Amino acid sequence: MKLSRFVLGAVLLLAPGLAAAEAPAPTLNADDARHLLVRTGFAALPAEIAKFEALTRAEAVRRILAGARTEAATAPPAWTKNAPELRPPGRMATQEERRAFRMKRVAEGLELVGWWYREMTATPSPLTERMTLFWHNHFTSAFRKVRAPILLYRQNVTLREHALGNFAKLVHAMAADPAMIVYLDSLQNRRGYPNENFARELLELFTLGEGQGYTETDIKEAARAFTGWSLERETGLYRFRPFQHDDGEKTFMGRTGRFNGTDIIEIVLKQPRVAEYITEKAWREFVSETPDPTAVKRIAAKFRTSGYEIKVLLSELLLAPQFWAAENRGRLVRAPVELIVGTLRQFDLPQPDNRILALLGRALGQEVFNPPNVKGWPGGTAWINANTFLIRQQVLRRVMAGAVPGSERQTAEGEMMPGQPPATRQQQAQRQRALERRMAQRLEGVDIDAWYAKLDRRWQAPDRLTALIVAVKPVNPPKADSDPARFVRDLVLDPTFQLK
Amino acid sequence: MRRRDFLLAGSTLAGFVLLSPHAFAQARAAGWRADRTLVLIELAGGNDGLNTVVPYADPAYHSLRPGIGIKREAVVQLDEKMGLHPSMAPLGDAWRAGELAIVQGVGYENPNRSHFRSIDIWDTASGSNRFVSEGWVARVIGASRRAADRLADAVVLGGGTGPVTGSGLRAISMPDPQRFLRQAEGMHAAEARPANPALAHLIKVQHEVEDTAKELRGVLARAAEVRGTFPNGPLGQQFRVAARLINARAVVPVVKLALGGFDTHANQPGQHANLLRQLGEGLAAFRKALAEAGRWNDVLVMTYSEFGRRAGQNGSNGTDHGTAAPHFVLGAKVKGGLVGPAPNLADLVNGDLKHAIDYRSLYATAAQTWWGFSRSGALGDHAPLPILKV
Repeated sequence: MKLSRFVLGAVLLLAPGLAAAEAPAPTLNADDARHLLVRTGFAALPAEIAKFEALTRAEAVRRILAGARTEAATAPPAWTKNAPELRPPGRMATQEERRAFRMKRVAEGLELVGWWYREMTATPSPLTERMTLFWHNHFTSAFRKVRAPILLYRQNVTLREHALGNFAKLVHAMAADPAMIVYLDSLQNRRGYPNENFARELLELFTLGEGQGYTETDIKEAARAFTGWSLERETGLYRFRPFQHDDGEKTFMGRTGRFNGTDIIEIVLKQPRVAEYITEKAWREFVSETPDPTAVKRIAAKFRTSGYEIKVLLSELLLAPQFWAAENRGRLVRAPVELIVGTLRQFDLPQPDNRILALLGRALGQEVFNPPNVKGWPGGTAWINANTFLIRQQVLRRVMAGAVPGSERQTAEGEMMPGQPPATRQQQAQRQRALERRMAQRLEGVDIDAWYAKLDRRWQAPDRLTALIVAVKPVNPPKADSDPARFVRDLVLDPTFQLK
Repeated sequence: MRRRDFLLAGSTLAGFVLLSPHAFAQARAAGWRADRTLVLIELAGGNDGLNTVVPYADPAYHSLRPGIGIKREAVVQLDEKMGLHPSMAPLGDAWRAGELAIVQGVGYENPNRSHFRSIDIWDTASGSNRFVSEGWVARVIGASRRAADRLADAVVLGGGTGPVTGSGLRAISMPDPQRFLRQAEGMHAAEARPANPALAHLIKVQHEVEDTAKELRGVLARAAEVRGTFPNGPLGQQFRVAARLINARAVVPVVKLALGGFDTHANQPGQHANLLRQLGEGLAAFRKALAEAGRWNDVLVMTYSEFGRRAGQNGSNGTDHGTAAPHFVLGAKVKGGLVGPAPNLADLVNGDLKHAIDYRSLYATAAQTWWGFSRSGALGDHAPLPILKV
């Protein structure tokens, strides 16, 4: 690397005309490195910042993309290896058997939530998890409809495999994904009895965007083409059922043929609008809430000609001047998952138990594996309303209050049930109390003094400490002469801590 | 004695001190009936109108829906043609009292069958080809004078802020008022007005919390828990909270509730019956609780949903996204009855019902007849429906 830069430098010296056009690329300072790490991950730790400082933007982005993983580093729950139990106990089952089945699913669902949080907190490639979450919010599926945790686990594995891979492959994989097949009723989509749910969302949400170049007839024809896409009841794996498939002629987006679902996806992916739609969405995720139309067109064209390589898309986005522009820093709201994982990572906190994480996610408006509807979480400033803002502050206050000394760890009544609204008012109140009690008892606080003492000296200066913890100048800057614990707490409770 | 003043400086009443025994004297003086509450209930997912208000005497209905149709003998008959889904039976009292208007065939021109686009159209009162960023309530109320001692312009107990979204409106999402107060303890909003829009939003929310908490403390102090049997589930809980706030004479022009799950593509009957039961029982319990507290005269309830569903059932014992549907308007000031033509199943467009009444005329009824606003651009030329006695 050094040698090649030296050679490049020599060439530039010999060619002054060229040198003027390609001045040596600027290198990142600590603030730039922090910005890149937080925007592509969950937090920026001093040790990580040190690794990215002094790299050029291109080098830094290349390093992040090169480190992307396709598998989780954390071992999944043991039951994911077992034969799936997809069907609830039949009519002959007793009340207890039914209950046991339900409770098992709830327990598995919670383990799944905990497993993903562990992976997000521990992964060497936070961008992989951010993209897995991004696609989870794009190709949504939810506990409340899919029910079987195993299907959502497998979908999560598939999303991660393609998270920074190829978007075209991802669309095909999702159309044949069992959780998706349940979630959008493909299971019920049979010859002569089409169900439009998947076909509509494929066009409206997954590829083209609402109203972009398709008609109601296209939806109906696409639904016919996907008939017979089903799953195996014993294994929970995808299965095509030829006898349920309508192999008659269809007319879809101006073409006529005996199309099947794969053909439909291929036709859709030929539309230039697809790359623009995905680029816009990724822009909102990584750059700003206001995509620049010219830049989007340029990046989308590269994304499309690459054959939908997601790394090409991300590389272009992260190297766009708008990504680095001062006016776009600290202007995105951290999603609840980013806030939780980011805080755990930043202060090296132990992960709260699975129930706490599930309850927190629900209270803050982002339950993983359970997005509110097929469009996913709206995100942006919509994350913050009076209710969620208060809960964010309450949680952060608890974390900043310091470790709660050896309180008893009782298990409360009113457990969280993924996807099931609390049945009664008493239950709801009970769960709320349980959440508050658990947060008091089990959400371990930071020992800020110890954390501060371990910090590299250069980050201990008030201005550097501020730049480490918040993305922009705090609204209520802590007093420079406050003790470190107070100083850090004030920063975390400042509204700017909610930004990235 | 409480000091009452108005939002708009320069008003002749600004700073005026009232010894009024009427809790709402000030709200009344706002030029519109800001003391009246509109309760909006969003039936999220697209409620199946034909199985809610059933054209049970029409043979076409039964042949379009052989598997999921409501049997003639099961409906709660409203007249010789139309009947309610059996789960809606608790609404019988309101119907007989003439306090329930069922507005049929509500929809709009060039209907959109996307959940998201269509609810956007309903939320903003836009036409199907126009994009508007503010909710219809925000646009109607606009900069009109508000009561300074209002709890909020809108309290959202369920779902998103949709119709009450807008920079000018103080809309608070607050599923549990008591918890809200506990958490708001010690909140001090910053005075800064940053150019950063995300940060500006955070600070605006801080101010909303502070202002609302101040009023809410008083409201809860004079509010008893509401008795009565509200149905289990999220909607019942929302009705109970709404009743408590309104019975404590909170000044709040809009309370929004929501029940999700109406997107019944598959195995509709059990699911739909359960949802309508929550709606029917909830409405009945709410009406009773408010009537007992003497507040029912000041409340108008209105349901809405992004669309109805296809006239024919699909192959999964469910229904796909459709168009027009009936909606409920409930209140002591309502002129009860069936309004608008019954669904015409002989005149479908691609399997969908044609709409008869534009949804914006329901909004105009709330804006003009209920609140007393004059006609405004927000709702175009749509005139109020003659369904209120006021």
